[in-house]
Amino acid sequence: MSVLKVENLTVSFPTPDGEVRAVNDVSFTVEAGETLAIVGESGSGKTVTNLALMGLLNSHSAKVSGSAVLQTKSGPVDLLAIDSNDLRQYRGKDIAMIFQDPMSSLHPYYTIGDQIIEAHQVHNQVDIEVSRARAAELLGLVGIPDPESRLASFPHQFSGGMRQRVMIAMALVNNPSLLIADEPTTALDVTVQAQILRLLKDLQKEFKMAIILITHDLGVVAGAADKVNVMYAGRIVESAKVFDLYANPSMPYTRGLLDSVPRLDRPHTDRLLAIPGQPPSMIALPAGCSFAPRCSRITEVSGNRCLTQMPELTVRGDGHTARCFIGERVSQ
Amino acid sequence: MTTPILEVKDLTKFFPLQSQGIFSKVKGANKAVNGISFTLNAGETLGLVGESGCGKSTAGRTILKLYEPTSGSIIFEGEDITNYSPAKMKPLRTKMQMIFQDPYSSLNPRQTIGSIISASYEIQKITPAGGVKLAVQELMERVGLNPEHYNRYPHEFSGGQRQRIGIARALALKPKFIVCDEPVSALDVSIQAQVINLLDDLRDDFGLSYLFIAHDLSVVQHISDRVAVMYLGKVMELAATSDLYKSPHHPYTKALLSAIPIPDPILERQREQIILSGDLPNPVNPPTGCVFNTRCWKAQDKCRTTEPALVHIGQSQVACHFPD
Repeated sequence: MSVLKVENLTVSFPTPDGEVRAVNDVSFTVEAGETLAIVGESGSGKTVTNLALMGLLNSHSAKVSGSAVLQTKSGPVDLLAIDSNDLRQYRGKDIAMIFQDPMSSLHPYYTIGDQIIEAHQVHNQVDIEVSRARAAELLGLVGIPDPESRLASFPHQFSGGMRQRVMIAMALVNNPSLLIADEPTTALDVTVQAQILRLLKDLQKEFKMAIILITHDLGVVAGAADKVNVMYAGRIVESAKVFDLYANPSMPYTRGLLDSVPRLDRPHTDRLLAIPGQPPSMIALPAGCSFAPRCSRITEVSGNRCLTQMPELTVRGDGHTARCFIGERVSQ
Repeated sequence: MTTPILEVKDLTKFFPLQSQGIFSKVKGANKAVNGISFTLNAGETLGLVGESGCGKSTAGRTILKLYEPTSGSIIFEGEDITNYSPAKMKPLRTKMQMIFQDPYSSLNPRQTIGSIISASYEIQKITPAGGVKLAVQELMERVGLNPEHYNRYPHEFSGGQRQRIGIARALALKPKFIVCDEPVSALDVSIQAQVINLLDDLRDDFGLSYLFIAHDLSVVQHISDRVAVMYLGKVMELAATSDLYKSPHHPYTKALLSAIPIPDPILERQREQIILSGDLPNPVNPPTGCVFNTRCWKAQDKCRTTEPALVHIGQSQVACHFPD
């Protein structure tokens, strides 16, 4: 059974210049124990999708619609239908999140121990010593040496990689069935990134949890994901199993992204194949396909359809959907 | 072999750390750059890579004399500029420029693009042939901006376009040497490729030499002729790009290369990965001996006591007691 089933999620923000539809009719499922990667460039809506799931958007400024059913320890719950007070009993327990910037996501005035213990105490009516032991256990699991004594340390005494480990420990303290990791390694150096990705993989096996991994790095996706959603201008434009996506990208944007990354495993050719232009303004989205103004294959579709009509997500293979009028797979 | 445009010898830059209070004393130093040497030939791109805190940006800024070097020497076109005063540096600045990492904070939000790019003409009291406006518009066109946007302000541009403005500004005085400090790391992948291609073209058109500072080894591989790998203020390995990536000699270079994910799920899951333990040590108290010994899987007693010198292995230069 799916841990999370999101249907027709739309998030819009009214602004003086017009409505910004940051997330537009997004649907996907996450199965137990699997990793779903959401890739896209800045402004593609990948972070807002997940903030909406966690109930972290300001209800005065964001309009959220659709449904997101999470299998919790006490049955299925629609995260978007319940109010924020009710959401608190699931947040941090059944669904947890780690953020991009480990420097600013821990409270500088409280010890590491206080912060992890609090996350445990909120959801468990147990003695504080039980929570302390659990916190130490988790710190040990995420690879922090001498966990009992490090509980008394403050965040500034830890390096960036260590703080991200603390964030992971805090997120896992209540055995969530779903962990949302929003660019968990973007602020870290590559050697530390490798450590954290390995750690997440090991913990996923141990805790049997599902992970939604939000990232812009196609290399990270290749190593960590089972399924991938590619987002562009607020919509899912392609969705496939990871091996299928890299072997047969069906949407010209996905192909373009893969081609524009400089790669170590290939001889450095003279030029990168850049995607021309830039992502559209979210206030004035083009009438047809959002990617059409930058697309090199637009002439293959007759009658300017790409400029006037938004293509639907259509099936391209087993578990593989793409949003493009060009039906056949983009050749290598 | 062509003549070097830049020679750096044993360059160090220490930032003194002072204790708090009125009678503050210097109680140590952050050894950001700790004795690096290299040459840069005309028309060549040297990549300077390393993790955050390894001193690569400080090295770039010290070479341009934006910081006073602590010791060592910087020789630019045969001229020793190490101890030049700012006034004496000014005429030389027409030949050396910099492109910054953050296209948001490196442009003055209250100035139009035209005045940002033309500021260097004003400062150097140079009137380009055909007038300032024409020269600026030609530059804008060359870097892929619409020349009609001459009177617009930075906030009207996207990140990638702003980086193009920064590039146009650096090119205004027709420099020979540009320090590019992480010029694409703030940009999205699809835009990053555009800017890398632009920098590539400009180098060929204007005969530029780049010192290309970046943490992303795949970007550096793409643009550089030679690469220097830095760790904790020191150069660990310096080699031609193809040699460095094909047969790295230093364990740190190996670990760094192996940490970079490959965007191909089949290759990515097959390959052996070296995962370094621990974090970068504090540059105030770097480890004795080889600075990498605390994270190195090959470290032996000798590494903890004796610092390895940068020596030639084939065409490469490597600072390691037990190179591969």
